Amino acid sequence: MFEIKNLYKSFGENEILKNISLMIKPNHTTVIIGPSGSGKTTLLRCINLLEIPNAGEVDLNGERVGFNEGKVSKKDILKLRKKTGMVFQGFNLFPHKTALENIIEGPITVLKQAKDEAIKEGMRLLKKVGLEDKKDSYPHELSGGQQQRIAIARALGMKPEILLFDEPTSALDPELEIEVLSLIKELSEENRTIVIVTHQMSFAKEVGDNIVFIDKGEIIEQGTYEKLSESPNARIRQFLNSFN
Amino acid sequence: MQISDPIINLIINSFWTILKPGLIYTIPLTLISFAIGLAIAIAVALIQISHLKVLKRITSFYVWIIRGTPLLVQIFIIFYGLPSAGITLEPLLASVIAFSLNVGAYSSETIRAAILSIHKGQWEAGESLGMTYFQVMRRIIIPQATKVSIPPLFNSFIGLVKDTSLAANITVAEMFMVTQRIAARTYEPLILYCEVGFIYLMFCTVLSEIQKKAEIKLSIGQKI
Repeated sequence: MFEIKNLYKSFGENEILKNISLMIKPNHTTVIIGPSGSGKTTLLRCINLLEIPNAGEVDLNGERVGFNEGKVSKKDILKLRKKTGMVFQGFNLFPHKTALENIIEGPITVLKQAKDEAIKEGMRLLKKVGLEDKKDSYPHELSGGQQQRIAIARALGMKPEILLFDEPTSALDPELEIEVLSLIKELSEENRTIVIVTHQMSFAKEVGDNIVFIDKGEIIEQGTYEKLSESPNARIRQFLNSFN
Repeated sequence: MQISDPIINLIINSFWTILKPGLIYTIPLTLISFAIGLAIAIAVALIQISHLKVLKRITSFYVWIIRGTPLLVQIFIIFYGLPSAGITLEPLLASVIAFSLNVGAYSSETIRAAILSIHKGQWEAGESLGMTYFQVMRRIIIPQATKVSIPPLFNSFIGLVKDTSLAANITVAEMFMVTQRIAARTYEPLILYCEVGFIYLMFCTVLSEIQKKAEIKLSIGQKI
């Protein structure tokens, strides 16, 4: 079980997350939605500790890490990061490495895999994301959609227990969105544990097993899309409708 | 001025005499000082972007002193000044120390700026793979920062070639000192100083060409 307990995060005076507790069901897709500035990206970044929470606890399948006044050991940080894979809004591929090198960097440097083994696995992942023929291309030679697919393959290469997507299609043109969304959908159907922050409501509806609505740093409601669309809370209904 | 045979003979005869100390002193002095200076610069830059408070203060002080005083003054302090404090150094060693410290201070800022110029998303991508600070630095940041720092580092490198002429002031018989001696003997300062200037220019031209090659090599996979 993946669990976030009583998480708080502030940037200076600004309280971004207020007492967030969330169960992330294994083998299910959790979608986090909410207005801009609601704290959804910060919540996602707290799961793999790109942001260090001020207080609370993250428990990833028995690896519990607690935060006390934002203090946490380097060992704990690495422990959680090895269990999670992250896909960023801006792809963040390594520009000086080819597509294949981007994918095998983590397995070789962090997991200490042998190079030929990492390459074999990297090629398998490239095939999975449909970019086998781009293995020697550098990021700037690829379209945004292709870059994001490579970034997904890079995250998968670490064999994470949980995959985190931070607005994975927000930087893409509409026609390129589809190829990335269908890949994420495919991963969702493989029953991986996935957490996605997105503005794509139709996509949230399609893949989300549990949809979490956040506003002003607090979880307002969660459940299936149907449940949320019939919520007694007018704010949520309004938010969902505004995208239809 | 009519170019007469004696002048052409002077140019030809003095050429090797001037070039020889260039090969024996100027080039090794430049290469050794730049290598040591670069090592200092990398260490100082890494300290400057770290959270090591005491070391940060010490390195800031070092950069402040070196950048704020003339290189010639530094050379004189090391060679003529330090013996009063009981430290006597060979002219060549004193030169290497002065030039290395100088390159170290200036280039540390170049390297620091290059590291800071790499987008924070690159750090996050590396860290999210579970890499440690040093792994991200070595595998992701430094290779990209190297490319950014090549042009300003070559500025320092080329500057150093010419600065080595200051070693003439502390009895190092490098190119410029040798030229001075010939000029004093032949009364042809215009010809001889132009000649030595030309040799410096050739050395620097070679470095400029190396810079171009390095930039092309490092631009692989990246937008120019």
